[in-house]
Amino acid sequence: MTALSLLAPVFEPGFFSSPPVDIALIVGGVVAVVSGVVGTFTVMRGQSFAGHALADIGTTGGSGAFLVGASPLYGFVVMNVIAAGVMELIGIRRPRGRDLATGIVLGAALGLAALFLYLDTTTSSTTGATINVLFGSIFTLASSMVPVIAILGALAVGTVLLCFRPLVLSSLSPDLAATRGVPVRLVGMAYFTALSLAVSLSAVAIGAILSTALLIGPAATALRLTKRTGTAMVIAATLGVVATWTGVLLAYDSYYWQPSHHGWPVSFFVVALVFVFYVVVELSVGRRSNRRRSVAGAGTA
Amino acid sequence: MFSGFMINAWEAATIVAVVAGIVGFFTVLRGSAFAAHALPNGAFAGAAGASLLGVNVIVGLGVFALLGALTIAGLGRRARHDVATALAIVMMLGLGSLFLSMTTEYAPQIYSLLFGEVLGVSTGELLPTAVIGALCVAVIFVLYRPLMLSSVMPDAAEARGVKVKQMDLAFLIVIALATAAAVPVVGSLLIFSLLIGPPAAARSFTDKPLHAMGLSVAVALATVWTAIALSYLSNLPIGFFVGTISACSYAAGRGWMAWRRARTSSSGSAVVTNLVQT
Repeated sequence: MTALSLLAPVFEPGFFSSPPVDIALIVGGVVAVVSGVVGTFTVMRGQSFAGHALADIGTTGGSGAFLVGASPLYGFVVMNVIAAGVMELIGIRRPRGRDLATGIVLGAALGLAALFLYLDTTTSSTTGATINVLFGSIFTLASSMVPVIAILGALAVGTVLLCFRPLVLSSLSPDLAATRGVPVRLVGMAYFTALSLAVSLSAVAIGAILSTALLIGPAATALRLTKRTGTAMVIAATLGVVATWTGVLLAYDSYYWQPSHHGWPVSFFVVALVFVFYVVVELSVGRRSNRRRSVAGAGTA
Repeated sequence: MFSGFMINAWEAATIVAVVAGIVGFFTVLRGSAFAAHALPNGAFAGAAGASLLGVNVIVGLGVFALLGALTIAGLGRRARHDVATALAIVMMLGLGSLFLSMTTEYAPQIYSLLFGEVLGVSTGELLPTAVIGALCVAVIFVLYRPLMLSSVMPDAAEARGVKVKQMDLAFLIVIALATAAAVPVVGSLLIFSLLIGPPAAARSFTDKPLHAMGLSVAVALATVWTAIALSYLSNLPIGFFVGTISACSYAAGRGWMAWRRARTSSSGSAVVTNLVQT
C-alpha cells in the first residue's frame, strides 16, 4: 500500500484499469520484443534503410487496403512482401547499390501511396485517413488485433531464431559463410521475409515512426554495449520494452499535465527515450574506447 | 495548361528539377539515398513546428533539415551512416507528431506538405526556392573536385589532404538546403524520388561525371514536366506521376545496361571465335 501511494504521482488515476492502456502495453511489449530480436540483425547487416523503407512502403499497402475496404494489416503484409521481393531482385551486393535499390522501390511505392491516399480522401471524404495510416496510434487498437499480431510476431522471431547460426555468420562475413557452405542468398531472403513481417506488423500496430525507432534504436544501442549477438538481442528487446512502456505511461500521464489537457503523442515519448538511450551509450562507450586507444598509443610509444 | 497560376508551377518545378538533378548525381554516387529520404521527410516536422509558432514554413524546413544533417554527421561513424540516419529521421518525425498534436492544422495541408502542391505555388514562394536552389548548385560546383574525389576514393582523397569528414558534412548540408527549397513545392516525399531516380538512370548511360550530371538534369526535367502535364490533364496527384516516372527511368537505365553488357559479351565471344578460327 505504501509503495502504491508513493507511485501515485507517477501513475495517474485509472492507468491500470483502462482497456486501451492494457492493449497498448501488451501490443507495445510484443512489438518491442520482436523488433529488438529482428532489429539486431538489421543493424549488423547494415539494412536500416530497408527496415525503415518497408515501414513507409507498408503505408502504401495500408492505404490501398483502405481503398478496397480490407483490413490495413493485410495491405501492409502483402505490399511489404512484394517490396522485399523486388528489392532482393534488383538489389546489388554492395551496400551502396542496395541502398539505391531500396530508394527506387521506396520512391515508386510513395508515388502509389500519394495516389491511393488521394483516392481514399476523394471517395470516402475522410481526410483523417492520411494521418491515421501514416502515423498510426497505439491507443486506438482493437483487441481483436492482439492474437494476429502475436502470431505474426512469433513467426518473425521463429524464422530468425531458426536461422540463427547461419544468419550470424553470413551477417558478419558473407564470404566466409559461403566457403563454409551456408546458402548466403537463401538465408538473406529468409531474413528479409522475417524483417518485412516484423516491420509490417509493427507499422500497422504502432505507426511507421515507432516501427523504425524500435527496430533500429534499441538494437544499435545494444550492439554498442556487447559484441555477442544473443546478448545484444536480449538487451535490445529489454530496452525496447522499457522505452515503449515508459512512453505509454508518460503519454497517459500527459493528459493531466498543465496547462492544456490534450495529451502528448506516444510516438514522441518512445522515440525520445530510444534516441536518448543511444546517445548516452554512444557518448560513454565512445569516450571509453577513445581513452583506451590513447592509453594503448602511449604504451606503444 | 500554360496560363496564370500554371506558369508558377512550371517555373518552380523546373528549378527543383535542375537542383535535384545536380545534387542527386552526388547523392547516388555517394550512396546517400537514406539521407536524401530522411532529411526531407524529417524536415516535414519543421514545417509543422513553424506553423505552430507562426513562422515561415521555409524557415522551419531549413532549420530542421540542417539539424538533421548535423545529427547524421555527428552520430554517424566513418562510412556508416545508416543507424544515425534512422535515428535522426525518427527523432524528427517524433517531434513532428508532437507538433501536429498541438496544432489545429487540417489534414489536407499535411498531405500537401508530404506529397507536394506544385499546382498551387505562389509567386512569393518562387524567389526563396530559386535563391536556395542556386546556392546548392553553387556549393556543388565550388566543391566539385574534392567532393568527387572523396565520393569515389575516400582513402586517396584523405592522402591528398581532402578532409573527408568535412566533405561529408558539407554534402549533407547541401541536401538539407535543397530540401528546404523543394519541399514546399514538390513535397517531402517527391524530392526524394527526384534525387534518386533520374541520376541513377543517367549513370547507367554514361560513365563521364559531367555528362551524367547533364543527363540527370535532363531526365529530371522530363520527369517533372511530364508529371505536371499528366497531373493537369488527369487531375490525379503529381506525386504519383513523379514517383512512377522516376522508377521507370531507372528501370530503363538498368535495362540499357543489361542489353549493352549482353551485346558486348556476345561480340566479345565473336572476337574470340574469330581469333580461334584464324
